[in-house]
Amino acid sequence: MEKGTFQIKTGFAEMFKGGVIMDVTTPEQAVIAEEAGAVAVMALERVPADIRAQGGVARMSDPKIIKEIMAAVSIPVMAKVRIGHFVEAMILEAIGVDFIDESEVLTPADEEHHIDKWKFKVPFVCGARNLGEALRRIAEGAAMIRTKGEAGTGNVVEAVRHARTMWKEIRYVQSLREDELMAYAKEIGAPFELVKWVHDHGRLPVVNFAAGGIATPADAALMMHLGMDGVFVGSGIFKSGDPRKRARAIVRAVAHYNDPEVLAEVSEDLGEPMVGINLDQLKEEERLAKRGW
Amino acid sequence: MRGVVGVLALQGDFREHKEALKRLGIEAKEVRKKEHLEGLKALIVPGGESTTIGKLAREYGIEDEVRKRVEEGSLALFGTCAGAIWLAKEIVGYPEQPRLGVLEAWVERNAFGRQVESFEEDLEVEGLGSFHGVFIRAPVFRRLGEGVEVLARLGDLPVLVRQGKVLASSFHPELTEDPRLHRYFLELAGV
Repeated sequence: MEKGTFQIKTGFAEMFKGGVIMDVTTPEQAVIAEEAGAVAVMALERVPADIRAQGGVARMSDPKIIKEIMAAVSIPVMAKVRIGHFVEAMILEAIGVDFIDESEVLTPADEEHHIDKWKFKVPFVCGARNLGEALRRIAEGAAMIRTKGEAGTGNVVEAVRHARTMWKEIRYVQSLREDELMAYAKEIGAPFELVKWVHDHGRLPVVNFAAGGIATPADAALMMHLGMDGVFVGSGIFKSGDPRKRARAIVRAVAHYNDPEVLAEVSEDLGEPMVGINLDQLKEEERLAKRGW
Repeated sequence: MRGVVGVLALQGDFREHKEALKRLGIEAKEVRKKEHLEGLKALIVPGGESTTIGKLAREYGIEDEVRKRVEEGSLALFGTCAGAIWLAKEIVGYPEQPRLGVLEAWVERNAFGRQVESFEEDLEVEGLGSFHGVFIRAPVFRRLGEGVEVLARLGDLPVLVRQGKVLASSFHPELTEDPRLHRYFLELAGV
């Protein structure tokens, strides 16, 4: 019996496809997410919008909160660690979380090295803005990729940019001759074998979700149309006027992203969305997507 | 061949099932609403999150329509992991979870534990021989009704069962490139 193989990790990520993963801070919110049809929850002490507003160093959540959330729902529970903080990851693996997000939303613990994710039985998801970044994370053992977007803004523009960049670069790799792949691997700083894999298959070797700024059912469906496998919603649900209704609507919008009638129906009467932030009002140092490389 | 085999595409790894069928020369139809079931002889219910799939299948009228078609004998079903949970008559500990309930079995969700306990193991499948099983937060069949045949076990636990034209597995044949179980299902369905 073999546990923690790459097949088991990436296979688990495949099971999230077409689904919505929601940030929650309490067991009650986790239950609301599960009832709405979330495929998993991300257990946190603070959602990204609050991390942004309150400032200070953002760290792994208290294991007690994560365990309470794990006890409250039957769906998988994810939790975040700081970039490079492999001891936080050891702690989360020990309490049995199902997936770890090595996340730029928390304050990085290491500005040079990400976690060596091959050392763990628990699978990891990492953020990426482009193909090179995604392939570096996969080479480190990530079993799932998500766009970085710009978390806690309620503004989908960066997630769209990262999704489009990823697919443009994948299509470009496909157009190259085999004897041009090494130079491209060097240019984007990615391992040759993975660049070759993308060239041959025309997609990332792992599941790729949208994240960072998704606030409405239409945002979620837009990301599906841009070729994402599913959606993370962070602050967008529990910072809105009617979380229960919005959570339900986003789940339906992802399942039926290609059906404008369903999208129109679920978009109706959702109450106030979270207040968004325009990206040109963010200072350079406030941009979370710049964390990690 | 196209149009007679469907894959429930509300959520989960339906693309892998479509690819598995494609390798057998079948162009499968994605089912998201009940009208998509028209003309189908066989339906695969993929792995994914069983609570999500169950809720959406109920809301969009798929659950009732599939149940009707299975009961009149005009639709064969194959559920893997979450799909198997959806087919079962009882879900241990979750009596309210939406489900189809056509398979005379009690199924226990996450029977081996959380993700860090997920595993791969070779199985012996009745009539097919050795088969590589990928078990991800996998369920098992705890109690089986009359007419349910066990086709594979892990130790003592049934992990692949059949009842007439309904097939259910705890594991994910769609995550391997082995087409034999999908072929077996198509034969069962008369496709």
